[in-house]
Amino acid sequence: MFENLSDRLQNTLKKLRGQGRLTESNVSDSLREVRRAFLEADVSYKVTREFIERIKTRSLGQEVMGSLTPELQIARIIGEELTQLMGNHAEKIRVAPSGPTVVMLVGLQGAGKTTVAAKLALKFRKEGRSPMLVAADVYRPAAIKQLQVLGEQTGTPVFSMGTDVSPVKIAEAAVKEALTRAHNCVIIDTAGRLHVDAALMGELQRIKATVSPTEILLVVDAMTGQDAVNVAENFNNDLDIDGAILTKMDGDARGGAALSIRYITQKPIKFISVGEKIEAAALEEFHPERMASRILGQGDFQTLLEKAEEVFSEDEAKALERKLTENKGLDFNDFLTQLEQIKNMGPLDQLMDLIPFKNQLPVKNLEPDENHLKYAKSIIQSMTPAERRNPPLLDRSRKLRIAKGSGTTVNQVNTLVSQLRMMNRMLNQQAAMAVPELGPKMGSLPRPKRKARKSRKRKRRKSR
Amino acid sequence: MLRNLFKDGDKSRVESDDAPKKESWFNRLKSGLAKTRNQLISQLSGLLRVGRKIDEDLMEEIEEILIQADVGVDTTLTLMDNVREAVKVKGLDDSSELETVLKAEILKLLGEDVPLQLEGEKPYTILVLGVNGAGKTTTIGKLARRFRRGGHSVLVAAGDTFRAAAADQLAIWCERAGVELIRGGERAEPASVVFDAIHAAKHREADVLIVDTAGRLHTKKPLMDELSKIGRVMSRAHAGAPHEVLLVIDGTVGQNALMQAKIFNEAVPITGVVVTKLDGTAKGGIVIAVNAELGAPVKFIGLGERLEDLRDFERTDFVEALFASDATDA
Repeated sequence: MFENLSDRLQNTLKKLRGQGRLTESNVSDSLREVRRAFLEADVSYKVTREFIERIKTRSLGQEVMGSLTPELQIARIIGEELTQLMGNHAEKIRVAPSGPTVVMLVGLQGAGKTTVAAKLALKFRKEGRSPMLVAADVYRPAAIKQLQVLGEQTGTPVFSMGTDVSPVKIAEAAVKEALTRAHNCVIIDTAGRLHVDAALMGELQRIKATVSPTEILLVVDAMTGQDAVNVAENFNNDLDIDGAILTKMDGDARGGAALSIRYITQKPIKFISVGEKIEAAALEEFHPERMASRILGQGDFQTLLEKAEEVFSEDEAKALERKLTENKGLDFNDFLTQLEQIKNMGPLDQLMDLIPFKNQLPVKNLEPDENHLKYAKSIIQSMTPAERRNPPLLDRSRKLRIAKGSGTTVNQVNTLVSQLRMMNRMLNQQAAMAVPELGPKMGSLPRPKRKARKSRKRKRRKSR
Repeated sequence: MLRNLFKDGDKSRVESDDAPKKESWFNRLKSGLAKTRNQLISQLSGLLRVGRKIDEDLMEEIEEILIQADVGVDTTLTLMDNVREAVKVKGLDDSSELETVLKAEILKLLGEDVPLQLEGEKPYTILVLGVNGAGKTTTIGKLARRFRRGGHSVLVAAGDTFRAAAADQLAIWCERAGVELIRGGERAEPASVVFDAIHAAKHREADVLIVDTAGRLHTKKPLMDELSKIGRVMSRAHAGAPHEVLLVIDGTVGQNALMQAKIFNEAVPITGVVVTKLDGTAKGGIVIAVNAELGAPVKFIGLGERLEDLRDFERTDFVEALFASDATDA
């Protein structure tokens, strides 16, 4: 996600390296590139123009800090402006002060409303609430059935009245039903519709007037082009939406829609949705500053950290810490535990996006492949307990046996052995540099290389 | 302006009779693209008027309009380079002469019309691909109906065994179109459903077999591999299959469509593109970009939810409709 945009921005910034200071000419050269990167990322033309104008003014203005290189100055300004463009801080779904919280999902056909509805239901359930899904899409064939199947998967009751009743009536009856059945959240899945379809937009307005939803959320495909502006504007004018959810964020869309929608409607992006699987983690809260950091290729350490904390138990962390302080080095048992933990953190390719300065890592074109994890696991599982504890034990004949046992090649076994060795070497170096604040939890995660990042991380950790 | 849009929206929803005629295609596209055109035209006609000289400012303003129409930066720059060249060669000076040049250059980028033709050994097989929510199932419903009306016997294979109720959705479309659906069990291996469908189609001597597939993001390698497998299974089960591989692209999608087309094409070589949802305000500029940058011809465009709203793509009509000066709607 955002990859192309961030690649482009970083290349642009690189060109500023070695320049003494920001001047009219090197700024406008860079900004021409930035402009193009934005347009290719499907940021609306108008938004792009205003954004560039602001950066230009600021870069040439007084506030430039003398101590920073031009590259960092511009990066900082772009980062701040991006964050502001996306709305400074994360905004959650509001809860109704009394009665059930009613969330109404609206959007174009194929944006992903039904899938989002199910993910949202699951999220509410995880938070200890009692959601009910409402099948108000009476137009698309089998839409109700789809919601029912997803409701079953997530263990959420689905309210439906077939396709012969008007969606307004369905919504009204659903909210009543929720009250009698003590559901405290109601998620209304409406039919996809064009923002210029007066009749169908009128229907949404009537649903709004009848059930007064706590939140009306516009579901938008992250791949949407320049038209995102028109869609958001029309839905917002007709319904005064409360926010948006961006879907299909696991593709390689450059996410320009996120920037445009926020800017045009001044309404927050509340969630981003990744993946087709219905799981609560597939609906992430949208954090503007983290997203800006991702766009600038600085990764998103905060989210990575949170994900890690979700899966790493305290005890495991302590055990790892002991090992590291005793300078023993990791063995294959630790490696296996870490593989499991990484797997629990979510799909690899999505994790990769969070790694700071990913593009500056020594290994180019990191193609995350879940299969590597599987191979590594079966290789380790084909080792004897002694071999796992004491990797140097592995000689040729043992490796051959392991390769046969795990259905891999000696080459693959060797690769894994050297990976462990490399990891231990890296850890030793880190230990020598002594950054105790980082804590053991980070031991298994790729670390940023730069000093600048470290101080920033420390700050973040403290502030939490 | 909003009022205008709503008026158009109303019109496009009025139920009309089936059997599209040639003129109504043009009118429908025109009204479908009305909002696009209103904007493009109002912007363009403001620019291209007698008395205004052709200069760099003008060129940049045209570029801006094209980019806003999702034509894409690269394609726009190529197009404008060609336009500049043509202006120089022809020695044009007044902006009112520019419209013809623009049209001609866009036409060049669009390439030749390549309509879909049912040829080769029966059953003629069509594999339909695309990302989630592009409109594959709806497109298949419309295609099935179209072939059926053309007097062909049609079979549809429910290759989307992943999404909840996908096969049910397809079943309803098939019922409307009056064609038979072959479906596998819940979570069945898609390739095996397709394999069975090919044999069923041969056995029943069907003319056409349309294969639905689950929507997938092109960034998911395993899912793209699954698609290649479906392609391989098809060609093993039936010589020449898949005869046609149609990539369905959402007309509101931006520059990402190019990436989609490129990667899907690597999984199964695409023979044509269907652009859907062009009845909104999306400008359809992506049609030009896809054609120009991938050489994958656009074969159909979707202009609405009715069964007959899938039309053959005709580039001259498309460009004419884009530039038609008055909204004499259907």
